[in-house]
Amino acid sequence: MSKKSFRQAINEALRQEMRRDPTVVLMGEDVAGGQGGSSGVKDAWGGVLGVTKGLLTEFGESRVLDTPISEASYIGAAAGAAATGLRPVAELMFVDFVGCCLDQIMNQAAKFRYMFGGKARTPLVIRAMYGAGFNAAAQHSQALYPLFTHIPGLKVVVPSSPYEAKGLLIEAIRDDDPVIFLENKVMYDDEEEVPDEAYTIPFGEANLTREGNDVTIVAIGRMVGMANEAADRLAKQGISCTVLDPRTTFPLDEQTILECVEDTGRLVIVDESSPRCNMACDISALVAEQAFGALKAPIRRVVPPHTPVPFSTPLEKLYMPNADKIELRSNPS
Amino acid sequence: MQISQETLLRSYRAMRTIRVFEERLHREFATGEIPGFVHLYCGEEASAVGVCANLTEQDTIASTHRGHGHCIAKGVDVGGMMAEIYGRKSGVCRGKGGSMHIADLSKGMLGANGIVGGGPPLICGAALSHKVLKDNGVAVAFYGDGASNEGTTLESLNLATVWQLPAVFVVEDNGYGEATGASYACAGNQKDRAAGFGMPYMECNGSDFFAVHDAARDAIDHARSGKGPVMLHVHLERWYGHFEGDSMSYRASNEVADAKKNRDCLESFRKRVEQDKLLELSALDEIDAAVADEVESAVQAAKQAPWPEEADLLADVYVKI
Repeated sequence: MSKKSFRQAINEALRQEMRRDPTVVLMGEDVAGGQGGSSGVKDAWGGVLGVTKGLLTEFGESRVLDTPISEASYIGAAAGAAATGLRPVAELMFVDFVGCCLDQIMNQAAKFRYMFGGKARTPLVIRAMYGAGFNAAAQHSQALYPLFTHIPGLKVVVPSSPYEAKGLLIEAIRDDDPVIFLENKVMYDDEEEVPDEAYTIPFGEANLTREGNDVTIVAIGRMVGMANEAADRLAKQGISCTVLDPRTTFPLDEQTILECVEDTGRLVIVDESSPRCNMACDISALVAEQAFGALKAPIRRVVPPHTPVPFSTPLEKLYMPNADKIELRSNPS
Repeated sequence: MQISQETLLRSYRAMRTIRVFEERLHREFATGEIPGFVHLYCGEEASAVGVCANLTEQDTIASTHRGHGHCIAKGVDVGGMMAEIYGRKSGVCRGKGGSMHIADLSKGMLGANGIVGGGPPLICGAALSHKVLKDNGVAVAFYGDGASNEGTTLESLNLATVWQLPAVFVVEDNGYGEATGASYACAGNQKDRAAGFGMPYMECNGSDFFAVHDAARDAIDHARSGKGPVMLHVHLERWYGHFEGDSMSYRASNEVADAKKNRDCLESFRKRVEQDKLLELSALDEIDAAVADEVESAVQAAKQAPWPEEADLLADVYVKI
């Protein structure tokens, strides 16, 4: 056990699974980052933010494959490779680029098993960065997990910390279904204690980062940290919160969400994805249908406005949920 | 190189099976008993069979919406295919895929595909599997002239070359993407497109089994030997519409009749083997009779097969939740 960053936790998960299983291969734009360059350093970048650094050196060019900037071909190739014996981890860099390869995810990988009568396995992981707060503007800042959650056949993981990221990524790589694994780009330098050995965190089991009596706050990905900060402040005001991290938006741990709402009677959902048809809507519908009688107050959502993500710092701050907004919306009074 | 008698007989049987299977579907579709969309491969049989005659079960293919011929040529069970097209539980995909999604990974058949241009990226992946797993396999993407204009296809030509994959890109050029002529929709030509990626290019007459077989043999040998991908351009004509029910008002009235009369791959096969004394025609007649029985049985069995049940609706979305 030692302190590791989110970036190191993901690198370690990839490295340990590649050592364990020779069918695990990485592919993506600049996952090595330097092929064909004039310096001769083939892994100069090791990923655009250095997440896959050093993996080319250990595993070689046959298993760490730089791709052309050509998402449709290599995401499709990852799907085809997964259906024919490999266990690819494809990096889409920014999840916004899914616009260039949605067919390969939505119409191909996600549907093979069902369309082929249960005869296909597609053990594919697609890693991608998501989220605002990086001044990356409208085409590099979206939180598109609801889009993937909507598609039957996909599993969707949104880790909230380095410990969570390592265990969930190893689980994703060992899983036999296509998994979308979304990493918040603002969190790569976050640090916490992370075990050195490989471990898994099962999908569909929510994590309660704290338990309280008055309000249940469901928060996703980076929002979990903000929800805990808000809960700390509310505790000083005598309001005790449960903070629930679903970890995966599909499968969703509906049972634990409902139990927490039954216990507290109040629900706040913090979701940084665009507000229409997002996870906050989905979880609201779940609770309204199945725990309506337990609610002491209307469900509240802490979500961005229905706009593209703005570039300018003050606008982006206005756009994003934060601890202040969560605190305000979570206070029952 | 001489093609073995065994391969010739097997290939003739596959071509005849495709022809009878598709013509039967044409008739059955008109009765209204077959649900959904059906795209027939009649007239193009020599392409699927000529290519697949050079493949082993371990090799992988990806097909198109017009996929029945590729499935049969790669050895997918005919009865299971017919039941699938009828939407029955005994179908090769348990009635959940239908005509456009017939697949059998155990036969190296990575699926027909409802998305034009869906197959070439998948074949890059299958070829990567063959390369990384070092199983000496080759992956073949069948796609039409229509799909040749999809970005997925062009990106795949690039990726396969960059990664030096054991892949063959078979352009089945029947002259039409749905109702729009390739002469209108395809800028430049396939040969120059291959050259643009530094990829070897071959072309052949798709109504001649022997021409397809020999070109495909060279293309597949090239890819299998580790020299990288190849494009094989097969010139074809389809005998029916884009889908069943298509009146083909975009084609000249004599176009199909002329193709049937003068460029029938089964007739040219029979003439060739008789002329070169490769096979006895009586052996081919026996195959014809056996295929007729096989397809008849497949249709009768499909019509009587049980429908999927309610529990099947929710099954097999995931390996495990």
